[in-house]
Amino acid sequence: MTDRALAVVRAGALTTVQDTGRPGHAHLGVPRSGALDAPAAALVNRLVGNPPGAAVLETTLDGCALRPRSAVTVAVGGAPCPVTVDGRPAPWGAPVHVPAGALLDVGAAVAGVRGYVAVSGGIAVEPVLGSRSTDLLSGLGPPPLRTGAVLPLGRPGVAHARVDVAPQPAPPAELVLRVTLGPREDWCAPEAVRTFTSRPYRVSPASNRIGLRMDGPALTRARTGELPSEGMVLGAVQVPPDGRPVVFLADHPTTGGYPVIGVVRAADLPAAAQARPGTPVRFVAVRHR
Amino acid sequence: MNVLRVGEDALLVEVTSGEEAQALHAELLRRRAEGSLRAREIVPAARTVLLDGLADRARVICELSAAEVPPAPPRAGAIVELPVRYDGPDLGEVAAHWGVPEPEVARIHAGTEFRVAFCGFAPGFGYLTGLPARYHVPRRDTPRTAVPAGSVALAGPYTGVYPRSSPGGWRLIGTTDAVLWDHTRESAALLSPGTRVRFVDRGRS
Repeated sequence: MTDRALAVVRAGALTTVQDTGRPGHAHLGVPRSGALDAPAAALVNRLVGNPPGAAVLETTLDGCALRPRSAVTVAVGGAPCPVTVDGRPAPWGAPVHVPAGALLDVGAAVAGVRGYVAVSGGIAVEPVLGSRSTDLLSGLGPPPLRTGAVLPLGRPGVAHARVDVAPQPAPPAELVLRVTLGPREDWCAPEAVRTFTSRPYRVSPASNRIGLRMDGPALTRARTGELPSEGMVLGAVQVPPDGRPVVFLADHPTTGGYPVIGVVRAADLPAAAQARPGTPVRFVAVRHR
Repeated sequence: MNVLRVGEDALLVEVTSGEEAQALHAELLRRRAEGSLRAREIVPAARTVLLDGLADRARVICELSAAEVPPAPPRAGAIVELPVRYDGPDLGEVAAHWGVPEPEVARIHAGTEFRVAFCGFAPGFGYLTGLPARYHVPRRDTPRTAVPAGSVALAGPYTGVYPRSSPGGWRLIGTTDAVLWDHTRESAALLSPGTRVRFVDRGRS
């Protein structure tokens, strides 16, 4: 392996390689995958001079530690966290020079869930169906990072952005998710639709890259039984038999048989990716455009 | 055809049967190929076709609302043959459901021409239709925690082959060595919607 590589010194709880995912293969049962907080991933790429679709690392709550074999520029964004290089504090949300062999430590998130680490040149693992993303539902793409692993890096492109600190939205204290109702709200009782769009929910600890699960009032169904399997979209809110809604995130299954009461606006999903377990959630019905 | 809006840029087009869904899917693929439909994903399923990432949803709603379900396309294209050993642990139960002796299950199953109605559950997992209604079987009451890769299985109106080991509630009738999914191949999925499939009996190993 060349010196364009990154050694994983501390993998963290769940760190995966992510880019913009592999849309276009849903008819083969392939989830779209990709960074959950896509604007944060695009921003850190821009800060290090990568194209927006370059592969970055997505960390979960406790960060990771990395040692590049050659000098690189990195940027850490998404969930705010302390960043150090060889023990010395370095800025978050800005380009940082990391000399060859130095230790980059991405600390535990002080708010939010998912951190993004871009490295100049991008993570250059072998793409699968045009994407380097780890898909935790179907196992496509590279496995989650393991301590001791070495990741190849691509060739760096243009010079990194000249900024001090790039503004990024703060992780939400309360998550407000705008939803268009349907296509299967008629499978839920009328009072269930009212409950869904008026009562408070909380993010469940069982949430993952597949879905943001809700604790809160169960939604009763107007019709029992299972719907014949139908195609699912990003942001779909499924009502499983226990009645607690699940918002589909990037690794969601491509088809499903539980009714979809509504679909969350795409613009609200990055905040959903940063909502910690216990965060209050409100679903607000908006009209179809 | 019932056209339902899904989120900001998707439509779920609902028809009344699996055959209609397959015919609609073929027609929508034709429209995308000729450039009159711009959609990122066209996902057929049991009785629906999902159009996701539509460039101009309002126009597609108008066009589809006025349209009839097209006639089924002629059966065309090569048949994928999957060699099977009919040695599954649920062969006896399936024979009992069908009301036939056990060896008849293999004869009937291998004598049927299937078609991939849709994919889902896992990359490369196809839901194959073709068995007449009297041979439909319910899922197992308790799913298995691990079904071996290559298992040929039945549930409801469908036959499927597990591309990799996974939990599953379908009834296992046999095993194939065919590689259903290989992302290093030009076509990663051996079976995609519309593919014709025949199972070839290789005995009971």
